[in-house]
Amino acid sequence: MAHASGKSAGRSSFGKWAVHIAALLFVIVWTIPTLGILVTSLRDKDQIVGSGWWASFFSSTQVQQVRLAGPDKQVEKDGKFVIEGNVFENPGGTQVSAFGARAQEPTKFEVGTVADLGDGETLQINADGSYVQSSIKKFEGSRGQRVYFSSTVPPRFTTENYGNVLTSEGVGRSFLNSLTVTIPATIIPIMIAAFAAYALAWMRFPGRALLIAVIIGLLVVPLQMALIPLLEMYNGVGNLFGVPSKTYLGIWLAHTGFGLPFAIYLLRSYIAGLPREIMESARIDGASDFEIFMKIVLPLSFPVLASFAIFQFLWVWNDLLVAMVFLGTGANELVLTGKLNALLGSRGGDWDILTTSAFITIILPLIVFFSLQRYFVRGLLAGSVKGG
Amino acid sequence: MAAQIFSAILVILIGVGGCVAYFWGANKVVDLIFPSRGVSGQAAIDNLRRQGLIRPWLFIGPALILLVVYLIYPVISTVITSFQDKSGHGFVGLANYQWAFGDGQFRNSIFNNLLWLLVVPAACTFLGLVIAVLTDKIWWGTIAKSLIFLPLAISFVGASVIWKFIYEYRGEGQVQIGALNALVQWLGGDPQVWISMPFWNNFFLMVILIWIQTGFAMVILSSALRGIPEETIEAAVIDGANPFQIFWKIMIPQIWGTIIVVWTTITILVLKVFDIVLTMTNGQWNSQVLANLMFDWMFRGGGDFGKGATIAVIIMIAVLPIMIWNIRQANREGL
Repeated sequence: MAHASGKSAGRSSFGKWAVHIAALLFVIVWTIPTLGILVTSLRDKDQIVGSGWWASFFSSTQVQQVRLAGPDKQVEKDGKFVIEGNVFENPGGTQVSAFGARAQEPTKFEVGTVADLGDGETLQINADGSYVQSSIKKFEGSRGQRVYFSSTVPPRFTTENYGNVLTSEGVGRSFLNSLTVTIPATIIPIMIAAFAAYALAWMRFPGRALLIAVIIGLLVVPLQMALIPLLEMYNGVGNLFGVPSKTYLGIWLAHTGFGLPFAIYLLRSYIAGLPREIMESARIDGASDFEIFMKIVLPLSFPVLASFAIFQFLWVWNDLLVAMVFLGTGANELVLTGKLNALLGSRGGDWDILTTSAFITIILPLIVFFSLQRYFVRGLLAGSVKGG
Repeated sequence: MAAQIFSAILVILIGVGGCVAYFWGANKVVDLIFPSRGVSGQAAIDNLRRQGLIRPWLFIGPALILLVVYLIYPVISTVITSFQDKSGHGFVGLANYQWAFGDGQFRNSIFNNLLWLLVVPAACTFLGLVIAVLTDKIWWGTIAKSLIFLPLAISFVGASVIWKFIYEYRGEGQVQIGALNALVQWLGGDPQVWISMPFWNNFFLMVILIWIQTGFAMVILSSALRGIPEETIEAAVIDGANPFQIFWKIMIPQIWGTIIVVWTTITILVLKVFDIVLTMTNGQWNSQVLANLMFDWMFRGGGDFGKGATIAVIIMIAVLPIMIWNIRQANREGL
């Protein structure tokens, strides 16, 4: 027994550390992916491809190639033909560390040395990028020689990517489109669901139990089941009235319909839990169901209404499928998720654009999420612990 | 652009105002037709009874209409369409279902979906449980939970970009800027094109969903763990149980119901997984899943609604047992 307790004491001190380290490990693994795109979106466009984002806080070495000035710039000096210039378009800041004249040996010569390239030709590149190319023969041809150099680049952080993506890539416009879809699609279902939830919780009528069962069933119906008939219906309505079939009104109603089962389910279980005495005393005082709902139930239900609003906001904002089916792809309709998907196709390797757009897409949900986490968690617990 | 903002604001006002006006107006109309005040006793009682019959339907009406139009009618219609041809008009019997089970892409999708179903709910629940237990014991647990919970707010498309950047592959001799390839290289391995490795790429896509959903499992399970009565654990400690015995024999059985709920919720989500596959591979390199295949058939070559509907019905059939179980569970709790 003494042996056992001694062992467990030793383990608990060691165990405490293990718990901290394990938790820290999980936190790191879970945050690093998001951190990666945030850091990358703030980096200089050229540095993104030059080094991994984790190295972005240190100076990086990169090898570049550049063409020297052409033979038309040559001057004759001391019986030699000389071309002078600078390998950088904007000298200053970046430092050359080595250079070379062949792609196979791009860093053959140390910076500042006069390299003998053969045939009486020499090349010297200095740390600040200035170079001297000389030859005993006259330079011929129309283009300058290709040279290679490695340089040390200090880290450079910028918000240029954001300016670029928001304006010229059209992500700013998509942000507005997303807001246009999300706000009405979040607010409209709340009222409709709240009335229905009150009726299902506190009014007696035939078919009530069946309706509740249907709503619980609809909670898990895959959206895929609704797409084809609704698409046909929208096209039909569009043709009948000569209006476009893909409109904001269409997607607002679609999101409202799809959000209702969860809304009614969540609100009903909360409203059903409100104290019976309040309702009954109001009824004795002569209040109608409508008055009870507006004056008592609605104000008391604020927390659950907030929970649902956050859920619906996140769900609509993050949705891609419904937007792709029910909304067009023009600049005035393409939402952020659709835009990001389109950019993945057209700007595949341009990580400056992709990471920045991705961060713009997720920033609003993250703010909502962090500022209202309490309501979100409450809704999550009420919505799933009870059934699904 | 200004017009768009204006119309959005207008819709909010019309939508909310319209709802209030409907509910208020309908209520008033009922009061006018069947007055309960200012009429003689028997008439008042009759009218009150009539009001009681009508009013619930006024309250529930708008929701019911929307549910019928956007969910109930489409579900029935999709089942019918699955027995019809490309345009969704001619009856073809079971031809679409026969096609589905003979089609290589469909079978690949079923296989991949099963793989997702085996791995993702289990991984999320397990990791969520482990993290819940760990973070409940430390003083900075709330912050840790918030950070692990955070990906739940990120869209699948956004998450796909985030992870595509991690899986990024660049040719030999170039600097690897994808974190995974950089890590592999640092450990002495060769960089790989992760998302185009058949079979294994499924797992790289699953990681994204696991990353998103573990926070969900963690929050639910953590609250269930906190609901376990202290006495049961104290009693086990007094009886000399070690931490593992306490975890497996005392805690797990008490939160078993919650584990099932988390598992089924994520299972339903996995069956519908679409965005991740669409944005990462669009089903190439044998990574197709049912929801993406369905979307594909909806629009491919002008769209084949019959085949699309068939795939949707098959997803629905997979969800059906969970749906029935939920309804029975709710009935048992007395609604």
